[in-house]
Amino acid sequence: MSRTGEESGQLNYCFEKQQKYKRYFQRLYRQRYLFLMVLPFLVWVIVFKYIPIWGWTMAFQDYKPHFSFLEQTWVGFKYFIELFHDRQFYLVLRNTLVMSLLSLLCGYTFPIIFAIFINEIRHKFFQKTIQTISYLPHFVSWVVVAGIFTKLLAIGGPINQLLLELGLLKEPVLFMAKGEYFWGIVTVADLWKELGWNSIIFLAAIVSIDENLYEAAQMDGANRFRQIWHVTLPGIRMVVFIMLIMSIGNLINIGFERQFLLQNNLVKDYSEVLDLYALTYGIRVARYAYGTAVGIFKSVVSIILLLVANTVVKRFNDGTAVL
Amino acid sequence: MRQVKKGERLFQISLYLFMIFMGLITLYPFLNVLAISLNDSLDTIKGGVHLLPRVFTWNNYREVFTYPNLVTGFNISFLRTAVGTGLGLLSTAMVAYVISCREFVARRLVTALFILTMYVSGGLIPEFMLVRKLGLMNNFWVYILPGLISGWNVFVLRAYIDTLPVSLMESAKLDGASELTIFLRIVLPLCKPILATIALFIAVAQWNSWFDTYIYCSGKQALTTLQYEMMRILQDVTSATTSSMYGINEYNAPRTSPESIQAAITIVVTIPILLVYPFLQKYFVKGLTLGAIKS
Repeated sequence: MSRTGEESGQLNYCFEKQQKYKRYFQRLYRQRYLFLMVLPFLVWVIVFKYIPIWGWTMAFQDYKPHFSFLEQTWVGFKYFIELFHDRQFYLVLRNTLVMSLLSLLCGYTFPIIFAIFINEIRHKFFQKTIQTISYLPHFVSWVVVAGIFTKLLAIGGPINQLLLELGLLKEPVLFMAKGEYFWGIVTVADLWKELGWNSIIFLAAIVSIDENLYEAAQMDGANRFRQIWHVTLPGIRMVVFIMLIMSIGNLINIGFERQFLLQNNLVKDYSEVLDLYALTYGIRVARYAYGTAVGIFKSVVSIILLLVANTVVKRFNDGTAVL
Repeated sequence: MRQVKKGERLFQISLYLFMIFMGLITLYPFLNVLAISLNDSLDTIKGGVHLLPRVFTWNNYREVFTYPNLVTGFNISFLRTAVGTGLGLLSTAMVAYVISCREFVARRLVTALFILTMYVSGGLIPEFMLVRKLGLMNNFWVYILPGLISGWNVFVLRAYIDTLPVSLMESAKLDGASELTIFLRIVLPLCKPILATIALFIAVAQWNSWFDTYIYCSGKQALTTLQYEMMRILQDVTSATTSSMYGINEYNAPRTSPESIQAAITIVVTIPILLVYPFLQKYFVKGLTLGAIKS
């Protein structure tokens, strides 16, 4: 009696399992269009995004392009050791960090201030116009911006003229040819291009603050400045933190477009950044493994920075992480 | 009380002055370039052209369109923007729709695969090797394929789809509509504002990019882009002033100067953007905000 019961239980179990599989496959069949829709892009993401990550293995090999993966000689951390012994690398690292810190400081605080100022404008049409104008440079390519700045800062350009007329300079300065100005020029160019654009998010956060809070502050006798300090700034705290973490995570990924386009041979010691370094060694000199090692170094540093920034903000933000 | 009001009045006035100043330093370079592009090139060399052309001429523009490189560049830039935006938008929308379907079996896997691309990338050299292996060097598709989908756009769009009423799609399903029909007939039309934003982002990125031409297609003149040609002229002018490297022979035609040509191309490159973005402003502001909140 008990035996048959057990058997039938087992049978039941098998039957249920079968049913479950059947239902699962039916579900798969019903979703066939979804699979078909996403399949090409799965292939795409694996080929164009994940195969390059697999390419990181190159950095640990004496990579030769015409050999297959198994035929390569493994060399361990040879190229990383070489990288850390290269004096040029430290120069490039310094340039990268200084320029990204500068652009973090300016490209982060000024948009907040700009957003607050925009919000204070009472005249709606004027406000809209200023916003539209301030977004314009964001849509223009770095090629154009670099062209504009090169021209502005040229010997006979408007900046030199202005400074000469104001008597701040005795003779025109070749700004673009002086290494010590390069960091400043890149930072200002970046600020000019992205100020309006980066303020969009802060402005949206300011606009969404509850109007009642301002009224309450007014009741308490707070003037405009006090309202900004006690209502606006605390109101956008969360957005400020999120943006801060994201920019710190990208600290080392400043790209190379600006530097590439604004630099010339005379300022190389100040303008070369990690990506340009990887580009020079990796592609122009065809030292693929070495160039890849630079890229890996960058990725690892940026992930560490992201995690550190998140932890620090968590500490300050009453234990809640933003990410 | 009066004291306070006075202070605020002063604040408002200085605010307006500051904003006008900001507007001027943003617009001045563009107006200056416009004036130079419309000014006689010999006259420009004398200097002092600011907001208005002194000796008006269309010559610089005429000259721009006689350089075969620049004409090819314009065509290719236009083509890559059109194809890249169309395909990119469709691909982004398809991925975003699929990962917004809650009952989809492979939803988590697909989502994870695309999220990860936002944080890690192979980097310059591995991507270069990949393009070479795939035979995309000096090939038009290198402008389209590697950057077809951006994870960020996918998640902004998905966030938007999530705000649509589920009942709409469910009732369509009850009526026997397939997923494809729901996607094309219901989801896409409802997403128009956010799709406009994403299209703008893709189009601007396509129109403005020069580095892929530089690194992948510099061996083939027929695939040159406007921004790349401009970059070359710019680099020439820079090095001429710092007295090294290239010569400027190629563009040094008698009727015009590199500076005037550069100004004219700058305007040609900037005008299409100028015509589009102010009209999409309210959409992209919303799209950007949505993206920030969700990420």
